[in-house]
Amino acid sequence: MGESEGNRTAGAASAALAGLTACTKLPTEKIVPYAGEEPEEFIPGKPLFYATAMTLGGIAKGVLAESHMGRPTKIEGNPDHPASLGATDVFGQASVLDLYDPDRSQVVIYDGHISDWSDLLVVVAEKRSEWAASKGTGLYLLTETVTSPTLADQMRVLLEQFPLARWHQYEPWGGDRALEGARLAFGEDVNTVYKFDRADVILSLDADFLCSGPGCLRYARDFADRRRVTGPDSTMNRLYVVESSVSGTGSIADHSWPLRPSAIESFARAIAAGLGLKPAGAPSSLPGVLPEWIAALVRDLENHRGASIVIAGGGQPPIVHALAHAMNQALGNIGRTVVYTAPVEASPTNQMQSLVELVRDIEARRAQTLIILGGNPVYTAPADLDFGSSLEKVPLRIHLGLYEDETAELCQWHIPEAHYLEAWGDARAYDGTASIAQPLIAPLYNGKSAHEVMAALVGQPGRVGHDIVRDYWSRKNLAADFEQLWEKSLNDGFIAGTKLEPKVVTVKPEFLAAPPAATALTDLDVTFRPDPAVWDGRFANNSWLQELPRPFTKLTWDNAILISPALGKRLGVTSANDETTDVVELTYEGGKVQGLGLIVPGHPEDSVTVHFGYGRTRAGRVGTGHGFNAYSIWRSGTGGFGTRAVLAKTGMRARPATTQQHHAIEQESEAGFKRHIIQRATLAEFIKNPNFASKGEAARMNPPPFSLYPELPHNGHAWGMAVDLSCCVGCNACVTACRSENNVPVVGKDEVMRGREMDWLRVDTYYEGPPENPRVYNQPVFCMHCENAPCEVVCPVGATVHSPEGLNEMVYNRCVGTRYCSNNCPYKVRRFNFKLYADFTTPSLFAMRNPSVTVRSRGVMEKCTYCVQRINVAKIQAEEETREVKDGEILTACQQACPTQALVFGDIHDPESRVSKLKRQSRNYGLLTDLNTRPRTTYLARLRNPNPEIKE
Amino acid sequence: MAQVFHRSTNTLSRLSIYGAVFLFAALAAFAYLVNQSAYSTEVHLAREQPVPFSHKHHVTEDGIDCRYCHTTVERSSFAGMPSTYTCMSCHSKIWVASPMLEPVRASLATDASLRWTRVNALPGFVYFDHSIHVAKGIGCTSCHGPIGDMPITYRANTLYMRWCIECHNHPEQDVRPREEVFSTTYRPPSELSPLVYEGRRYPTQMTLGRYLVKKYRIKSPKDLTDCYTCHR
Repeated sequence: MGESEGNRTAGAASAALAGLTACTKLPTEKIVPYAGEEPEEFIPGKPLFYATAMTLGGIAKGVLAESHMGRPTKIEGNPDHPASLGATDVFGQASVLDLYDPDRSQVVIYDGHISDWSDLLVVVAEKRSEWAASKGTGLYLLTETVTSPTLADQMRVLLEQFPLARWHQYEPWGGDRALEGARLAFGEDVNTVYKFDRADVILSLDADFLCSGPGCLRYARDFADRRRVTGPDSTMNRLYVVESSVSGTGSIADHSWPLRPSAIESFARAIAAGLGLKPAGAPSSLPGVLPEWIAALVRDLENHRGASIVIAGGGQPPIVHALAHAMNQALGNIGRTVVYTAPVEASPTNQMQSLVELVRDIEARRAQTLIILGGNPVYTAPADLDFGSSLEKVPLRIHLGLYEDETAELCQWHIPEAHYLEAWGDARAYDGTASIAQPLIAPLYNGKSAHEVMAALVGQPGRVGHDIVRDYWSRKNLAADFEQLWEKSLNDGFIAGTKLEPKVVTVKPEFLAAPPAATALTDLDVTFRPDPAVWDGRFANNSWLQELPRPFTKLTWDNAILISPALGKRLGVTSANDETTDVVELTYEGGKVQGLGLIVPGHPEDSVTVHFGYGRTRAGRVGTGHGFNAYSIWRSGTGGFGTRAVLAKTGMRARPATTQQHHAIEQESEAGFKRHIIQRATLAEFIKNPNFASKGEAARMNPPPFSLYPELPHNGHAWGMAVDLSCCVGCNACVTACRSENNVPVVGKDEVMRGREMDWLRVDTYYEGPPENPRVYNQPVFCMHCENAPCEVVCPVGATVHSPEGLNEMVYNRCVGTRYCSNNCPYKVRRFNFKLYADFTTPSLFAMRNPSVTVRSRGVMEKCTYCVQRINVAKIQAEEETREVKDGEILTACQQACPTQALVFGDIHDPESRVSKLKRQSRNYGLLTDLNTRPRTTYLARLRNPNPEIKE
Repeated sequence: MAQVFHRSTNTLSRLSIYGAVFLFAALAAFAYLVNQSAYSTEVHLAREQPVPFSHKHHVTEDGIDCRYCHTTVERSSFAGMPSTYTCMSCHSKIWVASPMLEPVRASLATDASLRWTRVNALPGFVYFDHSIHVAKGIGCTSCHGPIGDMPITYRANTLYMRWCIECHNHPEQDVRPREEVFSTTYRPPSELSPLVYEGRRYPTQMTLGRYLVKKYRIKSPKDLTDCYTCHR
């Protein structure tokens, strides 16, 4: 309503020194109320939350979208949705920036010129009469994974009208191998749902199930709930991970064994043999994993029959998935910890095969019209298919997409796609639960949803998304009173009772007899993965994700060739403390890419990892031109990894924009342990000595309290936070949530290289032990809100002060930018606006910002505020209702996003609050407490639960 | 060697040094006065509006409650501005032909909002919340002045931080019974007209204020003047 509401700003105080205030008269503002009746429940100044669903890979995660006066500003998880339980991932958090991206395609384009939707409808109408005559011969549709029941129904209608039309599905990182694995094991298509809340022993065969995939948020929560230690009588589940690259799941594992990707099948066969399954070609030994470890792991699994899980990763071939199914059956897990349902996809398809068939049909000149609904196959198709040049052989090509990307460039027609926050839709979650996706805002650029394009194709042009989706569900007869069901489903964010029923399936053991694929374990493997931040490239133009330090590598704005320390040494690749790193060349199946060679501790020795999503040529102003295109060496037969790759040094060197050593409390992990920044023990050690984090050697970190300043008694709230390091998987959801909540600006690659990234929250990684297979510790670090804050005493202008409730406050409009505070902060959590990083010129971004948080200008220091805007809202609410703030009423943005609930914020004066209970635990410790800073944020020591029989 | 400067130069230089002190003092005083003046503070400056809306007429003469138009004042940081629809709930029946109300009728007819000029403005880094002030017994007129006497709305107070802090340090000077928050005619108790509230007689604002501060659980000045109370 107030025009400037979306973009509150504060400049450096130097521009507004006392006495000069007369020169800074406030600009005249307009107040623009509604003309007609105000919408129901509309309270200006208070956000509204709408339940909707975001899809990635076609599969939904429930979200709550925050709307300020009609503008979506923030994404939260939907606590009632089974795939979210209130948590979000980085993609969900960052999706709000995509909505406002000024580089999104904005008009219908025909042949490079601005056209109109109505022109396209004319073409479609003409074509429809052709198809009616030919029964749709030559009509091809290409979609991404479809779980949307409405879209599937529209597709069914289309294929009824034009029976010779063909529907293909493709996205680069779909569930192809899991699908084929299920077919191999069961002879039919099934969806696997894991119940980590019932599992005591988990074996992950290269599966990053905690940080990636449609069920990861739920899985992470269920998994963490089984290892929340409250005292010496607590139990923990045990996680074994064999992995071909580094992952969040591997970092939290109790045993993590790096294995080259081609060896994981052998490992799976060895375990299967141990469980009595008699697979062909089970090896007696594996490099890097001792036979007695395998025996111990098998015993552990057998001791937890019905309470264990074997899970295979999406990058592993079908046989590994099939072996995992067989092992789960042999362990009696099916129906207990592993549940099978009908597939969530509307039409489960081996998508690579589908794309290969499409290209074959195009080359045979059978395709006359190709309609691409979402996706960017010209960029994401494997190199050997050369999809781009095939595509140009189709006479009529229509593309629907968020961006005018590589695929749009090669299509005559391009339709701007509506963002999920702009369009009606529906989709299923990992367990089949269907959600209605409702829009929060009218399409900013007249975008169309896939439903609306499909409606035009089936002869219903002009039908709007709402009617299409609503009509479909009203025909389903799910309830006597449909209106009530519809209202409830929109309110809840999912349609009750749509979860898929468990299905009884039995493993057909024939596949076990087939001999393993011959792999020579002497050359180099290459693991292909979607990038942890820009995924398959679809988020390339999202600067929040581009600047997100990737887990472990801490690389931003780039992809790299991840190399193990041993291979790095062999090749002479140097990085780490050096400012630059070697540029290496990777050759695979005749294709070559050059990229930064990054040495990553814990990476399997004879393999390298490359991430998709980079080397974009038409991503937009943010995403174009960074990194190398891993699809250019990917083959249609490669799957998740390839063998017989060659890596060579090029002799060139380049600087990665990595934040690994920025804002480091200690340069080396070793010093981090010596200074007790990471406190850790095994569960057995903890039971023996529950006070290990505060007594003994660690006691020197806790000198008697001493201060020159008098104690300031306060009886009100005392805010504090506790972080359980045993739960943090380093997924970065907190970092992105903080950026979104607090209007944290993006600085760009050059500024990151200067160490000027602005994230208020970083996830530090510490390594312990041999670099070939170190133990990995993730530690989120933000402002500690020290009771004796070193920053406060050095500020010459009183811009950082202490609140009675214990917040270390940063007052932007007092700050003159001396940076003394940052210099004096031992935790390195203060960030300085060296330049005008916040975008003050792009109008669409004004609408995106959180109106409750000031947008900082140049020359101002900033840092974590414990989300004081949320504290104030809750306090005001409680005061108005004449009650105390309830525990759990205030969630900081990072806490709310966290899938494992590792972060807990609250009032430490309230002995019954969750945070107080955590802080009373013997595992509780502060960082650098020997400096007498008395941090309000403390950590619970990391516990591991290794198998006592395995001596690593 | 002859004198370069005439003897009178001594006097001149003394005078200019002496005068400079006054000059700077005068400049400083001028800057201060400009800062305090209506030019800078915009206090008592009636702003031009699309419709010359009179609070005096609507509030005092018609007796319309503040919350009829400012609907969210008890629930939100923003007090709320009435939609044209709200204006027309009366003006579709009375003064239907008034030329003064033509912009209002046009707004509803064309669904184009009225664009009011903000009178009480705060900088972007100040986060003021109406609802908590109302809940704690701070009356509309405490900040908005004699709104019931304003034919055209003007800013009654500077809204400078110093002015805010004055009350945050001494809330007892301004707090009033919650029942009186929306009254434009409320006068704080004085020896001549004491207030009887909940059966007790309060001869001064301070005695009433101290009681209400306790009753409404108004936080201590230390809490109320904390930076993050208003800035973040």
